[in-house]
Amino acid sequence: MSRISLEVGSGGRLMRDFIADRLLPALGNRYLAELSDSGRLPGGIALTTDGYTVDPIVFPGGDIGTLAVNGTVNDLVVAGAKPLYLSLGLIIEEGLETAVLDRLLKSIARAAKRAAVLVVTGDTKVVRRGQADKIYMTTSGVGRIVGSPAPGRLRPGDRLLLTGTLGEHSIAVMAARGEYGLSGRFRSDCAPLNYLLPLWKRGAMWMRDITRGGLATVLSELAERTKHPLLIDEERIPLSRPVRGAAEILGIDPLYLACEGRAVIAARAKDAPGILAALRRDPLGRRAEIIGEVQTKVGRPGELILRTTAGGLRRLEPLTSELLPRIC
Amino acid sequence: MTTRATATTDLLRDRRVVAPLLREIASRAARLPRPIRIMEVCGTHTMSLFRSGLTAPLAEAGVEMISGPGCPVCVTPNGLHEAAIALLSDRPETILTVFGDMTRVPTSRGALQTAVPARGSRLKIVISPEAALEEARRAPEKDVVFFGAGFETTIPGIALTVRRAREEGRRNFSVLSAFWLVPPPLRAILETGEVRLSGFLYPGHVSVIIGLRPYAFIAERFGLPGAVAGFEPADLLLGIRSILNQAVAGRPGVALEYARAVRPEGNPAARAVMDEILEPKDALWRGLGRIPGSGLAFRPEYAAFDAERKYGLEIADDAGDLRGCRCGEVLRGLIRPEDCALFGRVCRPDAPKGPCMVSMEGACLVHLRFGSPGGRT
Repeated sequence: MSRISLEVGSGGRLMRDFIADRLLPALGNRYLAELSDSGRLPGGIALTTDGYTVDPIVFPGGDIGTLAVNGTVNDLVVAGAKPLYLSLGLIIEEGLETAVLDRLLKSIARAAKRAAVLVVTGDTKVVRRGQADKIYMTTSGVGRIVGSPAPGRLRPGDRLLLTGTLGEHSIAVMAARGEYGLSGRFRSDCAPLNYLLPLWKRGAMWMRDITRGGLATVLSELAERTKHPLLIDEERIPLSRPVRGAAEILGIDPLYLACEGRAVIAARAKDAPGILAALRRDPLGRRAEIIGEVQTKVGRPGELILRTTAGGLRRLEPLTSELLPRIC
Repeated sequence: MTTRATATTDLLRDRRVVAPLLREIASRAARLPRPIRIMEVCGTHTMSLFRSGLTAPLAEAGVEMISGPGCPVCVTPNGLHEAAIALLSDRPETILTVFGDMTRVPTSRGALQTAVPARGSRLKIVISPEAALEEARRAPEKDVVFFGAGFETTIPGIALTVRRAREEGRRNFSVLSAFWLVPPPLRAILETGEVRLSGFLYPGHVSVIIGLRPYAFIAERFGLPGAVAGFEPADLLLGIRSILNQAVAGRPGVALEYARAVRPEGNPAARAVMDEILEPKDALWRGLGRIPGSGLAFRPEYAAFDAERKYGLEIADDAGDLRGCRCGEVLRGLIRPEDCALFGRVCRPDAPKGPCMVSMEGACLVHLRFGSPGGRT
């Protein structure tokens, strides 16, 4: 590959290859090498960053501002850190209406308050018309480490939990684009995952927020890190009716759809029921389910296996190339 | 989706419905000589089978499923793909409209998606032939060509769009057609006798159009049972169970196990539209060679909408597959994707060597995406 293709940004295998083949050799150090959502640093702090290029910038259930706060907050939470401070970088296309910008800033303020973080510094650039698509945002986040993910210590019998329904964000953004003639009551699931922080003290051993590439990609990555195959049950995976219908019509598998307010959690079997109960007590976790486990009965090490609704078994592969462009 | 449709679908996916069907299939299979090999013709059936993880339980029950040539992108030979690439690269002011899968089929001239368009030309992915006609309305100064591959399911829709274009007097719209009919390649496969089959699972949505009669020769002349089936897991098993019932009773026929969508007589109105605008032709298939009466061409009065005639395109008969690609043998049911040395290693979805790894219904992509636990990646 001599030029960067769109697929490199998709969150799937090509992006992982890009990181392994180009970024790590150029920049690698022991913190970066963990390839975690956040860098865990000396002094008990974690640092993360994310760029936001979603199109359209406003969609049912949120906008690029809410994404910019929640996405970065969530990267800290799942890395075991309590989010504290954000920086905010804005790259604005010349000609953007100030009313639109004000609306986005209000969203950022509301989201920051909800996630209990402060925006403490930032930067603004304006580029010529046509050199950006309305507005791009970058947020970096700093948090205090409160838990330690330990994916390497997962063993057969450990459970996998999903905090809610899949794909709400992807479908809401697709509908907002109006490209596929989709209409329905769609709403992005964009939300801060602070409610998961106490779970680090209740037995959570690993967490990941489900963004580009969907549940299948996130769990495929976990499968590569644990020494045992993972098995999940399609029947236990919560889907809302609108998302299910939209995915059927579009021929897209919901297991690959991105979310912006959902996570997978791994825990010992004895801790899973307590974690499930805690999730369901929060409005954001009402549809939480235990969806699978680490096991050795089916599949080989590194494989993610799905028990289908029909009761059959098949491998679930990570996403290799772009499913949907610019959803976050 | 209505609540009732969802309830039906849920039921047809439920393991409590599927498990007893598998047991019934096993008990019937036990009464028949082995091997029992059923060809599922339609690429979407292949996808459904693998996606629901049913191939291994079926094999345990004694039934082996063989994929057939029912993937329109896959059976379209490279000569047509290269003609489309030539149109885009060599003709200025042309908009080539196409379904997404078609853009990634690799040829000796590269793929459509990486072709450099001529001045003022571009490639546009559409999701329907109507969207392609809309491009022609929107841009009267451009020549719009719709490169459409399909079986009897899709052909009436394209034919209707061409009729509409003619009614509107649209001079800047034409179709580069790759129209394939399902029954002729099945006859060809049976006549070569190179694959030993016990029966056929007939396509669900093609049968909506053509009904049951076109398959009758398979039961009458070749003595093989068959059933038209839907796409949910239980639909597939109901079709397979019916085939085995026919075999056990020694009464091969064409059963209908998808009555909620298919009528025995099919859709005469759709066939009338096809007949009005198209006529049979001998067509060259990837892997199966030239089969008489297996394709459709525009009738003379529609020549202005046939891109091949309009632009004097030369479709190469011998534009071969990429070296090492055995897609043609997969389409004939001769080999499984895993038997190809390139499968999963050199030929992958992000670097396909043939259309069977490009199309969502291609057997190779299906086997890779929905493989069984412990299988080769």
